[in-house]
Amino acid sequence: MKLVTAIIKPFKLDEVREALSAIGVQGITVTEVKGFGRQKGHTELYRAAEYVVDFLPKVKIEAAIKSDMLDAVIEAIEKSANTGKIGDGKIFVFELEQVVRIRTGETGAEAL
Amino acid sequence: MKRLFSLIAVCSALAFGGSALAQDKKADVPAEPSARATQPVPDATKPAEAKPAEAAPAAAGAAPAAGAAPAAGAAPAAAPAAAPTPNKGDVAWLMTSTALVLLMSVPALALFYGGMVRSKNMLSVLMQVFVVFSLIVVLWCVYGYSLAFTEGNQFIGGFDRLFLKGTFDSMKGEFAMAATFSKNTPIPELLFVAFQATFAAITCALILGAFAERMKFSAVLIFMVIWFTFAYTPIAHMVWFWAGPDAYTDPKLVDGLNAKAGMIWQWGALDFAGGTVVHINAGIAGLVGAYLVGKRTGFGKEKMTPHNLPMTMIGASLLWFGWFGFNAGSALEANNAAVLAFMNTFLATACAVLSWTFFEWIFKGKPSMLGAASGAVAGLVAITPAAGNVGIPGAFAIGLIAGVVCLWGVSGLKKMLGADDSLDVFGVHAVGGITGALLTGIFCSPDLGGPGYVADWVTAAMVKPADYSIMSQVITQAKAVGVTLVWSGVVAFIAFKIADIIVGLRVPEEQEREGLDITAHGESAYN
Repeated sequence: MKLVTAIIKPFKLDEVREALSAIGVQGITVTEVKGFGRQKGHTELYRAAEYVVDFLPKVKIEAAIKSDMLDAVIEAIEKSANTGKIGDGKIFVFELEQVVRIRTGETGAEAL
Repeated sequence: MKRLFSLIAVCSALAFGGSALAQDKKADVPAEPSARATQPVPDATKPAEAKPAEAAPAAAGAAPAAGAAPAAGAAPAAAPAAAPTPNKGDVAWLMTSTALVLLMSVPALALFYGGMVRSKNMLSVLMQVFVVFSLIVVLWCVYGYSLAFTEGNQFIGGFDRLFLKGTFDSMKGEFAMAATFSKNTPIPELLFVAFQATFAAITCALILGAFAERMKFSAVLIFMVIWFTFAYTPIAHMVWFWAGPDAYTDPKLVDGLNAKAGMIWQWGALDFAGGTVVHINAGIAGLVGAYLVGKRTGFGKEKMTPHNLPMTMIGASLLWFGWFGFNAGSALEANNAAVLAFMNTFLATACAVLSWTFFEWIFKGKPSMLGAASGAVAGLVAITPAAGNVGIPGAFAIGLIAGVVCLWGVSGLKKMLGADDSLDVFGVHAVGGITGALLTGIFCSPDLGGPGYVADWVTAAMVKPADYSIMSQVITQAKAVGVTLVWSGVVAFIAFKIADIIVGLRVPEEQEREGLDITAHGESAYN
């Protein structure tokens, strides 16, 4: 099993969710986050006070999937979240040791 | 806190004592209230297009003794004639204006300021504006009005109107009258008291922006009591107190009457609605406060962005709306001068919004909403002394100039001054007020489309265009600005020092970090 975490542009969230649903991903978790990468922040000017905003708003999605789906999931996110401009985000893939469905007590791939 | 309460107790004890004394003294002057009630006693009012009669001194100089006769003494002679009653339109307009200035203060100024602070200090700003406004209205009715608008010396008035004594005779059901700027056109004095109360209160509330987000609430209140008493009331008296037009019945009286007016009024300085009394007065007090209270913790290092600019925009818009009462109401009548002030308030503000916005766009890269809102306030401030004293060309010029000058006031000048004047009370109100006060001297000139001023109050004749000297009027305006800056600055310095000794000016650093909403008021704005 794998845990796929992707940081994407907030306005791409719906497209990514649709793409993942289309290939059979059962569920994702979404968090609003801030961060910085290669994309520069911006400056804000309030009268004479100038502030550099380094951290930009992004959306983090997490999906726990069976290992055989990994390539399809990566491709789906890569395509749907792509704008071709700097700041499109990244995908991180982790090994996932265990999953438990709380309601039934199912574990492993059954619980996904 | 105990010390604060004891201070308030002492203040009220003094006020009651003074009231009792004044009551005794008054017993020697019978029929005074009724004279006021039946006669437009020229006691309390302020000049708009007013100047001491310059054309008259040749005749007046001959009879200084006659001139010294008090205005009330002249009343019985005129009493048999039908006493003028207030015009209902004037009364309705001035009551409306009073409510409009209230609107400028408790919702508008509070939201304008509140939107610019961090969310953890939102309630502290709203609370300070709300409570300071109320405090000053109470003090105004206890002794402030009397000190500002009764006869005393050329710096400050007397105690004749402590607790508004004598404004309403409940036994006879008679109301005392106050003069306006037209002869035989009185308004109830209580209405003038109420209108001016809102001016005193908003002036004090304006100062709050300079030391927002870090000053102790108790210290704020102590400062306000002292500054209001020793800076606001004398400046209001110096600029606005005069005998009123009805007293000027004979050229022989002119010198004597003029001598009883406030010092700056005697000089002939023009301040229609409070460029000196309100904005410069508050602006310099704020700057002194910003220096003495010190910079906010983390100033220049941490982000201190406005937490809600939509509220600032709503506040600025309501200020614009309410300012019609502030400026057009200052005509004290629903007449041509009020209409001129109304239109100028409209136009100059719009000019200043454009001016600030375009200069900001050019020099800083982007036209900002905060800039547009600030430009509106800058224009409103600058047109305040000029409102009924300049014509339409003056409104165009003052608005356009004020927008760019105040933009410099909150950027270039602010950096030079080096104080953390958090919400730019000095940069907008003092700088805008000075700009407006000086330009009033220029654009009041009939040659530049202005109405001029009343040169002779006996005949109510306006100055002849040929007699209007722009240079000398600007110098007079500058003197008024200078006196206000020095007087208010010194009083503010002393008042902050006293507050510092009694309770300390600042909250501890941990409380400042946590925010004044929780630490000072025990609540939070947003949940």
